[in-house]
Amino acid sequence: MTDSISIPKQMEQVESRVAEVLSLAKSLGADGAEVSMSKQQGLSVSTRLGEVETVEFTNDGALGITVYQQGRKGSASTADLSDGALKQAVQAAVNIAKYTSVDEFSGLADKELLSMSPIDLDLYHPKELSTDEAIAIAKTCENAALSSDQRITNSDGATLACFEGFKVYGNSHGQLVGYPSSRHSLSCVAIASEGEDMQRDYDYTINRDFALLAQAEKVGINAANEALSRLHARKLPTGKVPVMFRADIANTFFGHFIAAISGGNLYRQSSFLLDALGQPIFPEFLTIKERPHIKKALASSAFDSEGVATVDRDIVKDGVLESFLLTSYSARKLGMQTTGHAGGIHNWQVSSTGGDFNQMLKQLGTGLLVTELMGQGVNVVNGDYSRGAAGFWVENGEIAYPVSEVTIAGNLANMFKQIVAVGNDIDMKGSIRTGSLLLDEMQVAGN
Amino acid sequence: MNNVERELLAESQLDKSFLNETLQGIYQRNIDFADLYFQASSHESWLLEDGVVKEGSYNIERGVGVRAISGEKTGFAYSDDISPVAITKAADAAKGIANSGNSATVHAFKTDKHALIYQSINPIDSLTQEQKITMLHEVEAHARQQDQRVKQVIVSLSGVFEKILVAASDGTYATDIRPLVRLNCSVLVESNGKRERGSAGGGARTDYSYFFEAENNKARYLAYAEEAVRQALVNIVAIESPAGAMPVVLGSGWPGVLLHEAVGHGLEGDFNRKGSSAFSGKIGQQVTSKHCTIVDDGTIANRRGSLNIDDEGTPAQYNVLIEKGILKGYMQDKHNAALMGVNPTGNGRRESYAHLPMPRMTNTYMLAGEHQPEDIIKSVKKGIYAPHFAGGQVDITSGKFVFTSAEAYLIENGEITSPVKGATLIGSGPEAMQKVSMVGNDLALDAGVGVCGKDGQSVPVGVGQPTLKVDEMTVGGTQ
Repeated sequence: MTDSISIPKQMEQVESRVAEVLSLAKSLGADGAEVSMSKQQGLSVSTRLGEVETVEFTNDGALGITVYQQGRKGSASTADLSDGALKQAVQAAVNIAKYTSVDEFSGLADKELLSMSPIDLDLYHPKELSTDEAIAIAKTCENAALSSDQRITNSDGATLACFEGFKVYGNSHGQLVGYPSSRHSLSCVAIASEGEDMQRDYDYTINRDFALLAQAEKVGINAANEALSRLHARKLPTGKVPVMFRADIANTFFGHFIAAISGGNLYRQSSFLLDALGQPIFPEFLTIKERPHIKKALASSAFDSEGVATVDRDIVKDGVLESFLLTSYSARKLGMQTTGHAGGIHNWQVSSTGGDFNQMLKQLGTGLLVTELMGQGVNVVNGDYSRGAAGFWVENGEIAYPVSEVTIAGNLANMFKQIVAVGNDIDMKGSIRTGSLLLDEMQVAGN
Repeated sequence: MNNVERELLAESQLDKSFLNETLQGIYQRNIDFADLYFQASSHESWLLEDGVVKEGSYNIERGVGVRAISGEKTGFAYSDDISPVAITKAADAAKGIANSGNSATVHAFKTDKHALIYQSINPIDSLTQEQKITMLHEVEAHARQQDQRVKQVIVSLSGVFEKILVAASDGTYATDIRPLVRLNCSVLVESNGKRERGSAGGGARTDYSYFFEAENNKARYLAYAEEAVRQALVNIVAIESPAGAMPVVLGSGWPGVLLHEAVGHGLEGDFNRKGSSAFSGKIGQQVTSKHCTIVDDGTIANRRGSLNIDDEGTPAQYNVLIEKGILKGYMQDKHNAALMGVNPTGNGRRESYAHLPMPRMTNTYMLAGEHQPEDIIKSVKKGIYAPHFAGGQVDITSGKFVFTSAEAYLIENGEITSPVKGATLIGSGPEAMQKVSMVGNDLALDAGVGVCGKDGQSVPVGVGQPTLKVDEMTVGGTQ
């Protein structure tokens, strides 16, 4: 059910509507306004046990407006993009701004920081794919999982999704920018069973360019192998052991770090890293570079959600925290300048200490390799960390048996300093590119 | 014609006969079931932070989803444009799931009358903007009055007014108006250089007057402020939590998130049709200790998880899932019920018109047992008492689940002693529930704050339970 008009064409039409909405806001008395509009359309098909399960035609759009009136702020959004609904949204935002408080820190981003003519980051690679072609790819993927081992007895299916869309942002500083983008993914969930034990696991591939997705068979086989490897997992005795986070989940570790250095938590005094700027918080070998302008990358963006130009920066250099992650608002609250992080981070690269996955296991020696984390047991205010985990027990650098139903606990401030190695087995699927992480010791709870 | 039909159909030049024709059109293919789901919702939210009403927003959502089912296959398309052209286009896309061939007939629409579980009111209009702002400030002031160590207060208020209409090929034609309100207070306390947050709130399917009503002789909006401060002050003196397997006593009310994760998700019909749940194929078997009777009940007046009808037009029900330990039945939507040869149970829910319905929980809780809560504590020599939790998560296939305590204490020789830091508790659903050895007589439901996520879709839910003891669970502390 994709719109027959092309995405770049739709984007042009939307740019003029955004301009209209901005002038409407002005005519209703707003002294500042910003409007963002996004649209995404595409096809998602899933197959299960060799048959089509769902075919979904997605088509989502939304417009959000924020108005400022003498230091007061009001917001509204609508998923209904008819003229009437847009007018209603602007009116609603203006009405709300009558009741919110004057807040000296609120307002548009400073004009000189805005990205007025953003560079093209090559994010738009639409794929013309018929429903039948999409189904065939999903079937190939799932079939590879199902036929890889007799113990793959069931499946939660394979899903192929191709989306394309755009984002347009404009504000009363005269900025009007946008870019089209695409995102394609293929995933598979395999279920392995033997005796009474049943385990699920998955694999996926995602890219802006369809041609760069991993092979369908490979995704299916990986999903199957992951599920199989979990069969007959054991608990561990409670105790303190070295812990290694496999590359594909090591990003969660830096996810907590992101929360702790985000402006919102900092000005609310709700972070364990309040006074950490310029301080060593990681070991000296660790550097985190942010590179927002990598062509085709998933977390690339020339500007943040306030229109602020993004720039290359080192977040951590030689273990020292070099930058917080600020929006205009949180920056003003802290007496600093925005870092272009409204809406999140842009492509992080965590430096490696050089070893590959197997060398990391050798360095781990005897301890726990974590491949799955469960729950949200992280307290950013004080850094306390306690999460459910599954993975493998490693003895003398070799995987011995799967482990499940254990927890790992510690405090993030200590855990950051306890990193002893970062692998070169870098996971490229997300916005944080890191290898496996080895920590010298954590508390494991089991039997 | 009711108000919902007027807004969702008549204003867009649609009528019942057009809906019937659209379904007929879908049935030109080899289709077993098709439905149209119309939705219009408005949602407001307000945020006060340290004396400043910082944010206010108003969101409008409107659209129609068309679903066509053939055997196990589902075709789905939707549009934010409620118009004859857009609906026909979505219907054509959805029916592409099946080959041509005309299998069945579209039934004539019929509408059943049901008593309302909540009223058809618009909460957003139930207070003036000035009254909403005043309430936010009063919550903040009350929180600060509790203790000088309160350094920061955030209060948020939200209200949703949603109208839905479902028309299906099985003759279903139903509308619902769903109000939902929520108030939350979060505080930061600071003492001796340590900082800690506490948070409390509640909500219901009614209007904002709910927050001024008294519960235990205290207006709810003030009680939330007191509870947030109390929790933060408990946690600021909390010591390291123990690590390892030990007895755990869960408090009444919100700790029912245990049931939601350890049992609830595993009893959703889709996972069991597919044989991917740890509870698959176990109807009639003992799956928990005999002390447990667990229900999913969408019919409790004004509760956050309640529904007059589910998103497929099936009236909400009181469903016994587990009776004295024996698995009685699963939660079903129409699709999975039909494939499993059982009746739908009023659990077909979707986040919006742009999402497919799935079997989902409503209010899930355990019925009261016979023990005094004090006696349950007294029975534990060394363990944990956890009266408050943050969220949880489950792997329905292996049955492993976690949930994280937000307030917990040591139990030493039958007495509650020191507060301990938040820790994740982990277990296997079927095993942990066999270890429930004592159930209290103090059934309570949560305050109306639950949000459940599944396959990327969020829906409001409720949980509840009496105080109960699990003989052994793994507690993820640091000591």
